[in-house]
Amino acid sequence: MLLRHTPEEMADRSALTVNPAKTCQPVGAMYAALGIHKCLPHSHGSQGCCAYHRSALTRHYKEPVMATTSSFTEGASVFGGQANLVEAINNIFTIYTPDVVAVHTTCLSEVIGDDLTQIINKAQTDGKIPKGKRVIHANTPSFKGSHVTGFSSMTQSMVHYLSECTGKRIKQINIIPGFVEPSDMSEMKRIAEEMGIKYIMFPDTSGVVNGPLDGKFHMYPNGGATVEQIASAGDSMFTVAAGRTASQAAAKLLDTKCKVPFEMLDLPIGLRATDAFIDSLRKAAGVSVPESLMVERGQVVDVMTDMHQYFYRKKAALVGDPDHLVALTQFLTDLDMDVCFVVTGTPAGPKFERSIRKLAGDRPIVKYGPTADMFFFHQLVKNERPDLIFGNTYAKYIARDEDIPHIRMGFPIYDRVGHQYFPITGYRGALRLLERMLNALLDRQDRDAPEESFELVM
Amino acid sequence: MIEILDERKKQVLETGKESGGIACEKASLAGSVSQRACVFCGSRVVLYPIADALHLIHGPVGCAVYTWDIRGALSSGPELHRLSFTTDLREEEVIYGGEKKLYASLTELIETYRPKAAFVYATCIVGLIGDDVQAVCSRVAKEQSIPVIPVHSEGFKGTKKDGYKAACEALFRLIGKDDASPLPELGINILGDFNLAGETWIIKEYYRQMGIDVVSCMTGDGRVAQIGRSHRAALNVVQCSGSMTYLAKTMEDTYAIPFKRVSYFGIEDTADALYTVARHFNDPDVLRRTEELVRDEVNRIYPAVERFRQDLEGKRAAIYVGGSFKAFSLVKALRHLGIRTVVVGSQTGNREDYDYLKEICDEGTIIVDDANPLELSKFMIEKQADLLIGGVKERPIAYKMGVAFCDHNHERKVALAGFAGMLNFCREVHASIMSPVWRFSPAYHKRKKEADHERGESIAV
Repeated sequence: MLLRHTPEEMADRSALTVNPAKTCQPVGAMYAALGIHKCLPHSHGSQGCCAYHRSALTRHYKEPVMATTSSFTEGASVFGGQANLVEAINNIFTIYTPDVVAVHTTCLSEVIGDDLTQIINKAQTDGKIPKGKRVIHANTPSFKGSHVTGFSSMTQSMVHYLSECTGKRIKQINIIPGFVEPSDMSEMKRIAEEMGIKYIMFPDTSGVVNGPLDGKFHMYPNGGATVEQIASAGDSMFTVAAGRTASQAAAKLLDTKCKVPFEMLDLPIGLRATDAFIDSLRKAAGVSVPESLMVERGQVVDVMTDMHQYFYRKKAALVGDPDHLVALTQFLTDLDMDVCFVVTGTPAGPKFERSIRKLAGDRPIVKYGPTADMFFFHQLVKNERPDLIFGNTYAKYIARDEDIPHIRMGFPIYDRVGHQYFPITGYRGALRLLERMLNALLDRQDRDAPEESFELVM
Repeated sequence: MIEILDERKKQVLETGKESGGIACEKASLAGSVSQRACVFCGSRVVLYPIADALHLIHGPVGCAVYTWDIRGALSSGPELHRLSFTTDLREEEVIYGGEKKLYASLTELIETYRPKAAFVYATCIVGLIGDDVQAVCSRVAKEQSIPVIPVHSEGFKGTKKDGYKAACEALFRLIGKDDASPLPELGINILGDFNLAGETWIIKEYYRQMGIDVVSCMTGDGRVAQIGRSHRAALNVVQCSGSMTYLAKTMEDTYAIPFKRVSYFGIEDTADALYTVARHFNDPDVLRRTEELVRDEVNRIYPAVERFRQDLEGKRAAIYVGGSFKAFSLVKALRHLGIRTVVVGSQTGNREDYDYLKEICDEGTIIVDDANPLELSKFMIEKQADLLIGGVKERPIAYKMGVAFCDHNHERKVALAGFAGMLNFCREVHASIMSPVWRFSPAYHKRKKEADHERGESIAV
């Protein structure tokens, strides 16, 4: 038992995080930046940050992940990182020829107090940024927020630097998909296409971190939102933003900067959240929902009905990122499941807790921010045994020690494939989630059933 | 033609074509997609396997998350090292200092887990905000009566190598605590083996059969008490020279313990390592047992290696690893399989290492220091590599190119050390190179066509 030291008795901790349920902002910013076509993410800090984030994303996607670093040294941290960044920008455009360099800061460069706007301006006036190429930046100090807010900051910075309003509205809808998998982004796009809607999605990592094997190493795979697309987002009619923590900042900025109105939605995970997503698209584009999507919806409802007895009052313990947790809580309560714990390391704020309470009432224990970690989550699980655990790969220690089935969800997933290719969003994603949950529950029932009640038909 | 930044050109050479040495031990160029990491990373990987110590990472959350149970360093007992502890510094502490939080965290952790010692890793911003980590550690050490050791591993203070040094300095503070417990006469310390996939256990078993006692292993399957008595060993046997030579030298200066540099990868190097230790003790029984051991083991694995060789003869390998010492062994081990090394590079090699590599590699081999993925992929195409040996960030690059891969880093799943490890290594290489999956890669057909074409030409000549 790897976690044999976790005591059942819960005591207040003020200072300490054990087995975190979040990671730092820069990795989220790096992932978001990969959602721009021909973009090279750049880590303005020590070399290790960049190496760690690349390793984390590589383990999660099993794909090459390219990013550059300012390679801070002792000198840079005394005299500031300007020289490093200007030199870096020059080298990057010379050797790697991206269209965009997306710089994110680190705890180090933030504490030193590097002014990224000023440094990027300097690089521009020094002629280090070739014509037609862009450098954008996001402030992502590791001592604030989490990987989700880092993703949010970089997405917002895409609007800040790249979106333009020409004054001429284009009949298209922006979709800001949130910190989800490339498969989920594809699914949201497919839904929009199915509805015949012209859309701009950013960031869009589909095709970038789930590309095919074609016998070559591509520094810049085919996917990603182009600079032109993000620019034209400023002329769109409407923005549909999914996942408050990851997408609201960008949607709001598009509204204030380019007067593109938006609707803030939950991630389209589960039936009702997908309904809301499709409805928002429908209203914004003035189209009707095609029969094909209604069939998909009907299939989800069909499975929910067929199997509802197996979900009845099953206890679910959730650990992960706030936007996922809100949508998942809704779906699970719709299945009549008993959501008992909702934990995220991201400092998601009281709004997050209110959203959960609105869906699940007073029943669940909700905790977010510092000391809302896997250790705490484990203690909850020890005190009241759930039937299912939802969480990233790190939750597997708990699942194994306590012998509880585990549905992998969120970031990171280091030990399974599938998240890159199969969505959990949309009706198709809901169907997949249902299947995975049922498999977990029914496999367990089969395993534990006494011989006389080991059932053929379930 | 491979594009290489002018500043980088001196860090690449091709054997036979260029005289003179390679430029290395330089900081990476700002803006490169470097495969290197930082000081903290170096310290963390070295100290990580000490399983009964507490490892507290003082800084924002990321540094703790990215090093949480990523190294398959096995323990035969406690597994405290596999948990992740961090002070998770927030903005408030960055402004007002993190000492209070550090003190509270340390105290709470030590009281909960009762570790034998505690390491406190200082990350980038701790160096900047000026926390007196040493003072906090001293205070807690006194209050809790265990060694509490600061590791000065601020990421920006150098390269991974500087992190190794900081780790050695931390280890050195644990050494010399135990002068009392009885020790055998023929005792060695194993330095620089981290028990990845149980490798330390293989090596220890060889020494046991030779009649040599292992006083401590730093740090594979490591224990604080063993390290405390390690200064009374008769010899330090150093593998992974990049990480541990500094400690061996310090122990030589302080405790007059001689050291030998060895490698446990491959047949010759493993045999050499064991003979080196046996000869040091110059005990006829030990020598005889070592000869028997090597003979038996080589006889045991050789037929299997030969069988693998029949399939692999003529294949070409690219190597990109952290320490160059490992690269030496790999070049030799691959040769047993009939595989020629055509590209070889490391993150942290020094001039001497690269000179030696030049010597042992065939003509036309590209040697590269601190390569980036673009260079690596271009060299692999130019030299038509069939196999890449590297770490986590390199694996998908190889796969995308339709090239086989073997992880010789943290993510190895089987032991690669010793004679048993050589067999595993052969199996891993064979499994990947001979896999039918490559037939489905477009690169396979292209290369097959090129190879047929080449063969056609040579027949024509």
